[in-house]
Amino acid sequence: MKNPIAGLNKFFDNRIRLGVMSLLLVNETLSFKDLKGALEVTDGNLATHLTGLEEKGFIQVHKGFIGRKTNTTYAITPGGAQAFKDHIKALEGIINGIK
Amino acid sequence: MNSEKEPQQALATIRDLMDRGSRFVSLSGWSGVAAGVCALAAAGWASHILQIHAVRSQSFLALPAGFPGTGQEAVGRKLMALALGTFALAFLAALFFTWLRSRKTGLPLWGFVARRVLVHVAVPMLAGGFVIWRLADFGLYGLAVPACLIFYGLGLINASKFTLPEVRYLGYLQLLLGIICLWVTGYGLYFWAAGFGVLHILYGLVMWYRHERKEKGAAR
Repeated sequence: MKNPIAGLNKFFDNRIRLGVMSLLLVNETLSFKDLKGALEVTDGNLATHLTGLEEKGFIQVHKGFIGRKTNTTYAITPGGAQAFKDHIKALEGIINGIK
Repeated sequence: MNSEKEPQQALATIRDLMDRGSRFVSLSGWSGVAAGVCALAAAGWASHILQIHAVRSQSFLALPAGFPGTGQEAVGRKLMALALGTFALAFLAALFFTWLRSRKTGLPLWGFVARRVLVHVAVPMLAGGFVIWRLADFGLYGLAVPACLIFYGLGLINASKFTLPEVRYLGYLQLLLGIICLWVTGYGLYFWAAGFGVLHILYGLVMWYRHERKEKGAAR
């Protein structure tokens, strides 16, 4: 029998990484400020997880400017979207298994 | 963390974030009621303005327009100022009730979702504003009322994909009223009262009934 938790992606266990992926799945791009406001986390904490997600290739970072202020926006990559959807499917599978 | 043990909770978090990450859900039904009351009061006041200037509303708004040159521009200016003031007041009232609601739901009022809703309402309405401005310049007040309803309806439909789905139906109804009104401009004041007044109040009550009534007891 297949291991029911095999599909779970350990990387998405963290609440903040989970939150970033959820928000980016339904929004084309979001700025650092948008993510921070929606997830109610500190700058440093969010930045760490964003770097982690970027290194994994799950999100794409675009550094832009509004006037002189930096405006960094984030978008989900096709690979990231697939990995996250697989994770959701695995979660659903576990719940259905329990029922 | 512990989501491996609690996949249910993880899924709930994901669903919640996706939902409020894509739709503005703090819109309060009372906002609609308040805006509607403002509009009804304004319609009453407008009819009073027409009365004291001894202008029959039906001939003032009827087409072809009887001016410029008939000395009725002053009445027109008063009515336009009244309409603008009503819009500002209704907007503030709507904002106030939505702010109250967002405090109750614990969601930020001014997030990127709210910004998106506002931009999508504002673009058609700003375009409409310029159209109405020019219509008023030519004394075509009869067309200004349906134009208000039509552009407002378009704004609502445009923004509805980022907020509660009922907004779309309100938009369609405003649009429909506006289009009918194009042919019966003399009755513009009644259409104004029906669209901005009655429809808003009805919509607000429906929204309250469907989304907020249940929260009363379970308010966080």
